[in-house]
Amino acid sequence: MFQNLDLAKLLFGRLTLQAIPYHEPILIATFAVVALGGLTVLGAMTYFRLWGPFWRDWVTTVDHKRIGIMYCVLGLVMLLRGFADALMMRSQQAVAFGDNAGWLPPHHYDQIFTAHGVIMIFFVAMPLVTGLMNFAVPLQIGARDVAFPFLNNFSFWMTAAGAVLLMASLFIGEFARTGWLAYPPLSGADYSPGVGVDYFIWSLQIAGVGTTLSGINLVATIVKMRAPGLTMMKLPVFTWTSLCTNVLIVASFPVLTAVLCLLALDRYVGTNFFTNDLGGNPMMYFNLIWIWGHPEVYILILPAFGIFSEIVSTFSGKRLFGYASMVYATVVITILSYLVWLHHFFTMGSGATVNSFFGITTMIISIPTGAKIFNWLFTMYRGRIRFELPMMWTIAFMITFVIGGMTGVLLAVPPADFILHNSLFLVAHFHNVIIGGVLFGMFAGINFWFPKAFGFRLDPFWGKMSFWFWVSGFYVAFMPLYLLGLMGVTRRANRFDDPSLQIWFVIAAFGALLILIGILSTIVQFVVSVRRREALADTTGDPWHGRTLEWSTASPPPAYNFAFTPVIHDHDAWSDMKTRGYERPMEGFRPIHMPRNTGVGAILSGLSVALGFALVWYIWWLAAASFVAILAVAIWHTFNYDREYYVPVDEVARQEAERTRLLAAA
Amino acid sequence: MSAATGHAETGARAETHGSRDGHHDEAAHGTLRGYLTGFVLAVVLTAIPFWLVMAEPIADPRLTTVLVIAFAVAQIIVHMIYFLHMNTRSEGGWTLLALIFTVVLVVITLAGSLWIMYHLNANMMPVHAHDARTMP
Amino acid sequence: MANAMQARADGPTFYVREEEHGHNATMLGFWIYLMSDCLIFAVLFATYGVLGRNYAAGPSGVDLFDLKLVALNTSMLLLSSITYGFAMLEMARDRMRATLGWLAVTGLFGVAFVGLELYEFSHLIHEGATPQRSAFLSSFFALVGTHGLHVSFGILWLVTLMVQVGRRGLVEANRRRLMCLSLFWHFLDVVWIGVFTFVYLMGVIR
Repeated sequence: MFQNLDLAKLLFGRLTLQAIPYHEPILIATFAVVALGGLTVLGAMTYFRLWGPFWRDWVTTVDHKRIGIMYCVLGLVMLLRGFADALMMRSQQAVAFGDNAGWLPPHHYDQIFTAHGVIMIFFVAMPLVTGLMNFAVPLQIGARDVAFPFLNNFSFWMTAAGAVLLMASLFIGEFARTGWLAYPPLSGADYSPGVGVDYFIWSLQIAGVGTTLSGINLVATIVKMRAPGLTMMKLPVFTWTSLCTNVLIVASFPVLTAVLCLLALDRYVGTNFFTNDLGGNPMMYFNLIWIWGHPEVYILILPAFGIFSEIVSTFSGKRLFGYASMVYATVVITILSYLVWLHHFFTMGSGATVNSFFGITTMIISIPTGAKIFNWLFTMYRGRIRFELPMMWTIAFMITFVIGGMTGVLLAVPPADFILHNSLFLVAHFHNVIIGGVLFGMFAGINFWFPKAFGFRLDPFWGKMSFWFWVSGFYVAFMPLYLLGLMGVTRRANRFDDPSLQIWFVIAAFGALLILIGILSTIVQFVVSVRRREALADTTGDPWHGRTLEWSTASPPPAYNFAFTPVIHDHDAWSDMKTRGYERPMEGFRPIHMPRNTGVGAILSGLSVALGFALVWYIWWLAAASFVAILAVAIWHTFNYDREYYVPVDEVARQEAERTRLLAAA
Repeated sequence: MSAATGHAETGARAETHGSRDGHHDEAAHGTLRGYLTGFVLAVVLTAIPFWLVMAEPIADPRLTTVLVIAFAVAQIIVHMIYFLHMNTRSEGGWTLLALIFTVVLVVITLAGSLWIMYHLNANMMPVHAHDARTMP
Repeated sequence: MANAMQARADGPTFYVREEEHGHNATMLGFWIYLMSDCLIFAVLFATYGVLGRNYAAGPSGVDLFDLKLVALNTSMLLLSSITYGFAMLEMARDRMRATLGWLAVTGLFGVAFVGLELYEFSHLIHEGATPQRSAFLSSFFALVGTHGLHVSFGILWLVTLMVQVGRRGLVEANRRRLMCLSLFWHFLDVVWIGVFTFVYLMGVIR
């Protein structure tokens, strides 16, 4: 048994020097930029002695606000990577016609569109959504933190670990070339023998642990931690949509975990779940992954709906029109989202009975969604609308999302889907709803809550630049794809023969450039805002004349959020408090019970990266060692019973006095 | 707020029970009687389906299948009530709501997958000789 | 100190002075985790339901399953459930040694269960009925194996908790943990009902 023992193989598995893509100039250049950027950041942190504060205030923090901010930063950083992939695809498709093969060979191009999809869904949209929920929900329900603060920290670091593992695939080995859901048999061991699909599996599994746990955490938070008087039908709509989203996370991410486990077993152990041999059935993978995949769409969009609801009522200066119908619509969408998954594979061949059922359920979803659109319109009707940045994003969303929704209803008709399936029409549709719905929602939310998080507003001029370039860029980039899809152009193609199509791809590429300017404007907006923070400062804690509880506390809020737990009497609690003459308590503070910081989450996450990397490269000793280490650290952590402390009265009094001073100055 | 009164109640109960009991649901422990009832029911509900399959007292396999599934459902309910202490009151009804929601989703997942994949096989798969033999 | 409150006694109060207690969400959170675990098992059951008759000309359940062994295994799990219940009753009576004793018995039944399952698996693999042999066997090993892994993890957790109870006694944190493990343990028993019914019993019915 041991005669073939090869020390290099034992130590490094299938990892060899060939795995480093030093022969690919694009990747080398990217690596150089990333390395230089990374070294600059590390150097700057060392020079300004930021490592201590970074570890104490951020890495080990259990404060939901800081964790929420870290999620958003992760999402925005990964947006840059995902968007770089998008630019590469658009430029390739704009030039690769006839004899011109373009500049990206298929081997590389296929990794790019896979990575683009995976990154944008799992490491941009999910962290942004989770980040905003983490930041705003405990504030909106008058809580001091989430139900399980340590778990929150751990969840974030697991998500980050998944992102790190995925980014490692850029420079060590390769990523999957299968499309973002890695359908077998293409993703099976026979057709994808490399490490790409393994990177896909383990980065999603690691991030999935974080997502599931954060879902459990937020559900428990919303159910158990509401302030006195805050009954379910008085919850802010964003909290309601967050509850539904997290219920969907808890109910659907386990499905993803299980199905990826089965795919991993096929690849590692040689089982026959999704193979073509010995009774396996690849279509079962389609079925299972979309049982997760469709609720995932609503996991992303529901919080965006919630953000828009808060913004529309705040900037129209009115109560939300049809609060109860909004809540019921959200709940109905939550349940229906579990009944439509087959519409992603109408063409698979389940026949007319099955297709009609799922076609009809899909169309039914447009009813509660349409009700929401009308509720927002009626909220604006006769309102005193202020066109601040969050409201602008909201209006852009309402127009764009209706278009995306209608093309969605078109795709829900099975006979139409047989023509449009896997065409660029589909690509245009889901970008239409995900950019026009989720991403616009996240930008609206970031502009809305930024002053709450940091104590100063975001610069409106650069915000408007970002807004107009994003919105116009979106239309220029994706409307041509609808046309191309109707002409029968399929997705994921690396090169085209018909030269008459080229003009549309060139227009789409131009749209991507407009979005690039939008993204650069967003970065400039952050930089300018930080530099102008004195001028943009929010000393009141309530820069937008807000209506919900988060605006009743300071900006940024103290670690304990509220010196006294609020009592709620009506919808829009803060609005109610303002109209009924609420007076801020200035004395009689009590010590406040708070959770302690801990580095265990970050340690477990680091070990998970090692485990994932070892599994990708078959480095079995490292896999075993890191797995045992994870168990040991987790068990060791449970032996720590001293996880809470009291914020002393003096400290509370000091922070509240500071707020009193700021309020008086304002 | 109910949490506050719940706390007060627990305090009172802790006095009478003479225990330093800090949580809210006394039902979460169950009682000896409850556990024994559950155990006896579970043993009976396990033994009968095993007997039905091993001794084959019923000739019709379909009837046996239906009965076996019925006993499983009954036993799951017994476990839920006597061992997991499910009731409408614990955690303000949220655990039961979560359970019902999960059961609905599990049924959708199972029934949907079987339905979809059955139709897929009926439409798309050629019938092999050895499959034809095992068909009813 | 209460003057600030008294001043506005006629109007509504917008805050409470007392620290809110009794918000512990652990039991609910753990229950929600179990519900998510349910969905993992639902996927494995669905996979078994769809692929479980794809024998690929290999052995079927009728050829492989030994119902006597399964009945023995089931009784181990059922006994461990009732002994865990006894441990919880002793915990309610604040008797640490008795609690630990029943927990140990529970753990032993759990070990017996996992041991019997491993014996069954090794026997199957020895006969050539490996997970690679057919989609039926792949989904069988995945479903039963996942349940077994859960039980093994439960045993590890049980041992950890016994050490913690031994060190710190039946403090509130430990009681909560024991109640979580109780939910986990009984939940696995419920899943096992599904396994022995749908996999073993229905696999043998002709």
